[in-house]
Amino acid sequence: MRIALMITCINDALYPGTGQAVVRLLRRLGVDIEFPEGQTCCSQPMVNTGYLDEAVPLVRNFVEVFGGFDAVVTPSGSCVGCVRHQHSLVARRSGDALLAAAVADTSPKVYELSEFLLDVLGVVDVGAYYPHRVTYHPTCHSLRMLGVGDRPRRLLEAVRGLTLVDLPGAEECCGFGGTFAVKNADTSIAMGTDKVRHIRESGAEIVVAGDNSCLTHIGGLMSRQRAGVRAVHLAEILASTSERVDAP
Amino acid sequence: MTGTFVGMPTFPRAARAALGNTQLRHNLAHATGTIRAKRQRLVDEVNATSDWEALRVAGTAVKESALRSLADRLEQLESALVANGATVHWARDAAEANAIVTSVVQRHRADEVVKVKSMLTQEIGLNEALAAAGVAAWETDLAELIVQLGDDLPSHILVPAIHRNRAEIREIFLAEMARVGRPAPPELTDEPAVLAAAARAHLREKFLRARVGISGANFAVADTGTLVVVESEGNGRMCLTLPDVLISVVGIEKIVPTWSDLDPLLRLLPRSSTGERMNPYTSTWSGVTPGDGPQEVHVVLLDNGRTRALADEVGRQALRCIRCSACLNVCPVYERTGGHAYGSVYPGPIGAILNPLLRGVGHDEQIDSLPYASSLCGACFEVCPVRIDIPSVLVDQRVQVVDARRDSLPRLMSRPGHVAESLAVKSVAVPLSRPRLLATVERLTGVGLALARRFGARRWTSARDLPVAPDESFRAWWRRTDGGRR
Repeated sequence: MRIALMITCINDALYPGTGQAVVRLLRRLGVDIEFPEGQTCCSQPMVNTGYLDEAVPLVRNFVEVFGGFDAVVTPSGSCVGCVRHQHSLVARRSGDALLAAAVADTSPKVYELSEFLLDVLGVVDVGAYYPHRVTYHPTCHSLRMLGVGDRPRRLLEAVRGLTLVDLPGAEECCGFGGTFAVKNADTSIAMGTDKVRHIRESGAEIVVAGDNSCLTHIGGLMSRQRAGVRAVHLAEILASTSERVDAP
Repeated sequence: MTGTFVGMPTFPRAARAALGNTQLRHNLAHATGTIRAKRQRLVDEVNATSDWEALRVAGTAVKESALRSLADRLEQLESALVANGATVHWARDAAEANAIVTSVVQRHRADEVVKVKSMLTQEIGLNEALAAAGVAAWETDLAELIVQLGDDLPSHILVPAIHRNRAEIREIFLAEMARVGRPAPPELTDEPAVLAAAARAHLREKFLRARVGISGANFAVADTGTLVVVESEGNGRMCLTLPDVLISVVGIEKIVPTWSDLDPLLRLLPRSSTGERMNPYTSTWSGVTPGDGPQEVHVVLLDNGRTRALADEVGRQALRCIRCSACLNVCPVYERTGGHAYGSVYPGPIGAILNPLLRGVGHDEQIDSLPYASSLCGACFEVCPVRIDIPSVLVDQRVQVVDARRDSLPRLMSRPGHVAESLAVKSVAVPLSRPRLLATVERLTGVGLALARRFGARRWTSARDLPVAPDESFRAWWRRTDGGRR
């Protein structure tokens, strides 16, 4: 079984630590993961801003790069959401039946990290150790586009040393929304400020989520507000062991 | 409504102003939070003995089947209405509908009408058209009365005065009621029951005096020729039964095929909108009943952009909307900006798709800004009783906005913001489709972040710190360490 890591453009450029954590975590679980270097971006920023033509070459590249693998795993719910629900739209726009067929073949093999761990590998306890008080923010696309349900929570509950505390209004959007964060910056900030208030009310030291794009927004607000809470990706917590605690 | 949404600024600008209104923010957070909880309790209650999802599917199927055979159903409705003694008029747009209503009112030499709460008559500006013809149109729904007396605009589909608090309502009643009818009692307090009693006394005179009533309809049953109005206060029933003449302006998408098709919809609507098992008043009428109620019944069937929406492959599902407002109440954007920012009688997620669908994109910056007034969080789709996939329609409308700009380059050049966005997307899309170029670009990411920090990205950094750029990208790390193996 050949398994590829889809790093996502944001993680590649800004959060290599998240990608490294996925690699360490999966190796520990006995998965020999490959990183096809031809990969770029899933096209979500273009599609969600309305630039469908510009998304076509990205989707073409995506199926060329990942089409040959048995499974593709990525630490981003919203990128999987784009692959599963929007690549077919882009392919239809291209008018290329071969691309549409390749998309239909490739998309179902792409998994968000928590889906991959529970549904493909069948593990809940990944042997992690993370001695912190943590609250979980379910990102909108993992929650409502993918329906990951309680998978991330179950993974976190099995982490030794970790205290999971409830987040008030957890299922409400943080206000990132891709280009929404700049096109409607004021509304985005108002939404994010309420999210940060809830995070602080939870009493957690760490807010965890499965998407670094949302965490860039939430973390950026918390940093500016000197909130005393940090944003950490799920992969980094799951990769942590008593020998090596990531993002301590 | 006496104000007008014409000339409203684009959503981001209007939202910025609204976000600074602390009273509005507080009212909305409280009201939407309360109604969300009520709705959820009722959905849970249905799920305890039955299946809410099955009910949604049934409601969706009713509206879909009506829309798929719309032309036939409309003719069926017309025949049934005419057979029941009603007069049916067809109107292509707002101007035609307003002219029809005005001429009927004028034929009866009426200088005033009483109105049932109706979104469609607000959409077409009927009150303003009647005023121009010297006819006073009295809104009789309590919240619409507050909006009308305050020379204000509605900000929610179900509770149009959601942006007002009771102290403001008291002031409006004291200052304005006397101008148009029975004054508010001078000892008026801001107790809800006292305010409601003042409105009751004020409206009662109008109900008993008016000879023409005007309504919309929640549903129009094709096979029986029955119109249905669902309401909470009983004012609607007054308007539908007391006047001699009743004129109903009905959007062509309000049709349902049969009487029994009302079943799932009448269960879905109150639970989704007011968070009640059943609404207090459901009025149905099928043309004229001799000796009982209005003896002259007119029905104006109106298009006003609905066939345009019907022709939109992705967007046509928006015509299933039953105007419940569940999407407004759950929307994190609406909860913070309120309804006025959307610049239309249809605010919130449904407004963000319905306005562009009814009026088309590519000719008005305000309309073009609406599909972007969402973080695409998907909460609206989750609660919609007729399963309108609002996020997918929003994305499709964004594509249509961008495509319209592709087709109109010269006009575009006068809008530097759009050119900049288009260039930015293209400049990113090119290296992203060529992996080798991307590696080079990524080396520049650190520089880019530093520049952004130094010179701008102001809309990001006004309240958010940028992340610290790493020393090397993931792909550089992978290559240097052979994926961490050395």
